Amino acid sequence: MRLLIAILASIALLITEYRSERLMPIRATLSILTDPLKYLVDLPISLFKNASEILTSYDTLKTENTHLREEQLINKTQLLKFEALEKENIRLRALLENSFKLGEQVLIAELLSINMAPYEHIMVVNKGTRFGVHAQQPVLDANGVVGQVFRALPFSSEIMLITDPNHAIPVQVNRNGLLTIAVGSGISNQLNLPYLPNNADIQPGDLLITSGLGGTFPAGYPVGIVNDFPQTSNKSITHITATPKALLDRNRELLIVWSNSTLVPLTAPAIKTPAPHE
Amino acid sequence: MNNEYSSVRIFATLLLAMCLRIVPLPESLALMNPDWVLLVLIYWSLAIPERVGISYAWLFGIFTDVLMGRLFGQYALAYSLIIYMVLIWHRQLRQFPLIQQSAFVFGCLLISQLLLFWFENLKTPAQLHGTFWLPVLSGTASWFIVYHIMRFIRRF
Repeated sequence: MRLLIAILASIALLITEYRSERLMPIRATLSILTDPLKYLVDLPISLFKNASEILTSYDTLKTENTHLREEQLINKTQLLKFEALEKENIRLRALLENSFKLGEQVLIAELLSINMAPYEHIMVVNKGTRFGVHAQQPVLDANGVVGQVFRALPFSSEIMLITDPNHAIPVQVNRNGLLTIAVGSGISNQLNLPYLPNNADIQPGDLLITSGLGGTFPAGYPVGIVNDFPQTSNKSITHITATPKALLDRNRELLIVWSNSTLVPLTAPAIKTPAPHE
Repeated sequence: MNNEYSSVRIFATLLLAMCLRIVPLPESLALMNPDWVLLVLIYWSLAIPERVGISYAWLFGIFTDVLMGRLFGQYALAYSLIIYMVLIWHRQLRQFPLIQQSAFVFGCLLISQLLLFWFENLKTPAQLHGTFWLPVLSGTASWFIVYHIMRFIRRF
């Protein structure tokens, strides 16, 4: 009798969750009970990290500081140019009557060292809906796109990496603006590019950036580098892959992005979006 | 045994099992991380079937669903079914030597994994590797350890 109730209740839950998002509040409430476990499992590792930070010697810190200062100087000079370029870009886009994404707000989230399902590429971070995180937000690190928020719970969120077999991200080749979709391969550090025509102009070493189509990811962030593939006349047979730019399995700090703009209105098809210069 | 005291132990061991499920491991080991929650549930329902039954299984199944980010109800369904089987046969199972018990545990883990396999495919028709089935084997192997540790905890 109890078994019958349990099975019926489980099947009811399964069907409801499969069909709709209606169970999200229940999941969020229950996660308040289970999330402490995630933090508990993560605790020894973060403690170890903090301890090693405290115990680093003065010399190491000093060299690191000098190193960071130099890097900061280089970045600053590059930003000087960037600001002028951005202004110019806005002006040019205004001439084309094209909308421009204003800017993005980011939140730094830290990875929790826990293992969910080894056959899925999903990570858990320590920021959730209490910080305003919501599903489908893009997630970046300092080098490129990491993935998107898959499920936001009050105290943690699950992030689907771009290498997850169920993830696809609209990209363009930075060199010539060629649009395609990068699909996760299920292998760490590999993306597949299955939707390329035979005569596509793509070369090993090409940088893939987000195209902004689809609306989830803001345009212009680096995604990956095209891997070497044998140059044959028939590219559809060749399996073209790319390596993600982001350090997917090595970074603990991630950036969750809010795009400040509303939906980007589509431009008239006659106006071609200029391909970004290298 | 003191009732209050034993429910503390039941909850503590189940929570520990849930922690073990998400503990960070190198990839080759993570593939083999068995379903600790189910093993602990099987042990308790064998040892004290009048206390730990389908309600416990369902409740902790739901918690595991939330913890692991699965579809709601898939672990709950699998766990309640398995614990029902254990409850039916617990008298015979208690008499069995550990080897025979572990054969039964193997069957339980296999059925549970089969159900999960089905639900995972329902959610996303992605190709799951053969490694998906490894936890069944490692779980059977760890039954010997779980059994002795849990018996120690119960009689402590």
